[in-house]
Amino acid sequence: MLIALVVFIALRAAVVPRSFGQYGHYRGSAIAEIAARPIAYAGHQVCEGCHTDVVDQKKLGRHINVPCEACHGAQAKHADDPASVKPPKLDTAILCARCHEANSAKPKNFPQVVTADHSGGIACDTCHTPHKPKIETATEAKK
Amino acid sequence: MDISRRRILVLLPAAAVAWKFVLAGTPEASPNYQLTEHWWAMLIDIPKCIGCGSCVRACASENDVPDGYFRTWIERYHIPDWHIERPDVESPDGGKLGFPPKQQEGKNFFVPKLCNHCEDSPCTQVCPVGATFVSPDGVVLVDKNYCLGCRYCVQACPYGCRFINPKTNTAEKCSLCYHRITKGLTTACCEVCPTGARQLADLKNPKDPIHEFLRTHTVQVLKPHMATGAKVFYNGMDGSVR
Repeated sequence: MLIALVVFIALRAAVVPRSFGQYGHYRGSAIAEIAARPIAYAGHQVCEGCHTDVVDQKKLGRHINVPCEACHGAQAKHADDPASVKPPKLDTAILCARCHEANSAKPKNFPQVVTADHSGGIACDTCHTPHKPKIETATEAKK
Repeated sequence: MDISRRRILVLLPAAAVAWKFVLAGTPEASPNYQLTEHWWAMLIDIPKCIGCGSCVRACASENDVPDGYFRTWIERYHIPDWHIERPDVESPDGGKLGFPPKQQEGKNFFVPKLCNHCEDSPCTQVCPVGATFVSPDGVVLVDKNYCLGCRYCVQACPYGCRFINPKTNTAEKCSLCYHRITKGLTTACCEVCPTGARQLADLKNPKDPIHEFLRTHTVQVLKPHMATGAKVFYNGMDGSVR
């Protein structure tokens, strides 16, 4: 009986992870393992550190609060090594429509177009500048 | 290297602190992050959601989510005027590529969904091995190295937020981008949301704007009758949302 108990205790000590029960009924070290994963999205603050010209341009338009990686995708690798990792060129005909294609479920005050009627499927950046999308009239541009 | 007695006296307490992490198996990833100083939640402002799918794409990219599976997804609700209890709900590919153009009469809106990081989560209660748990800072996590893939938690989640990853055969779900929030960043879905419809919130931080928002708005959680202590708060949510 005693031997069985000793064997049980020894086996239990061998198979139960050391950190099990550190915070609760789970492996405490799992928290640090999950937290240690690398990130893919750098965050707009990191982008804005270098691309100040884009920040200035965005301030003039309605895309001021649209974060960089909402359109450009995950850029942590580019932020780590800007020289060799370049962001891919975006297809504005698809990208802009994801937000601005008309849908009755979108908020009524959100700018929406039926792209087939509005542009006939041509790339939006043919006429619009993505960082400052409003097309200025000649008088507005002079100001 | 020469080590003086003075240097040993300085190093010993540091070694004693480090030993705890050596025993735990992995060094602390974010040394300045204190588990007990946070209690994470999320706020979703439904009237701001445009169903663009940026959050779904960002989540998949940040967390290597396999195609056809979702840690977060967007549902489009259509509620006909004559039957508010039976909404039409659609979520093509989780809303990952946005929603096709559609004009419908009645009430229409988008609802982003994700794990509700319940305080009293049914999924953690059914795990037979302790592979899923509520962390001390209020995030429901999965220890994939300890998960058996028994699927009890998948069945237990009343919100349908879990799935079995076909690559690892272990349970998977939203981790509230734990690897980001412990580094002082926001979640990938909140980072890319173009309208600010999703906001990460720390309920233990008295300066977090969530407190003012909860005081001044009518906010609900999904399935409150389940008493799960859900921490994803929805502003402007219609009663037909399940």
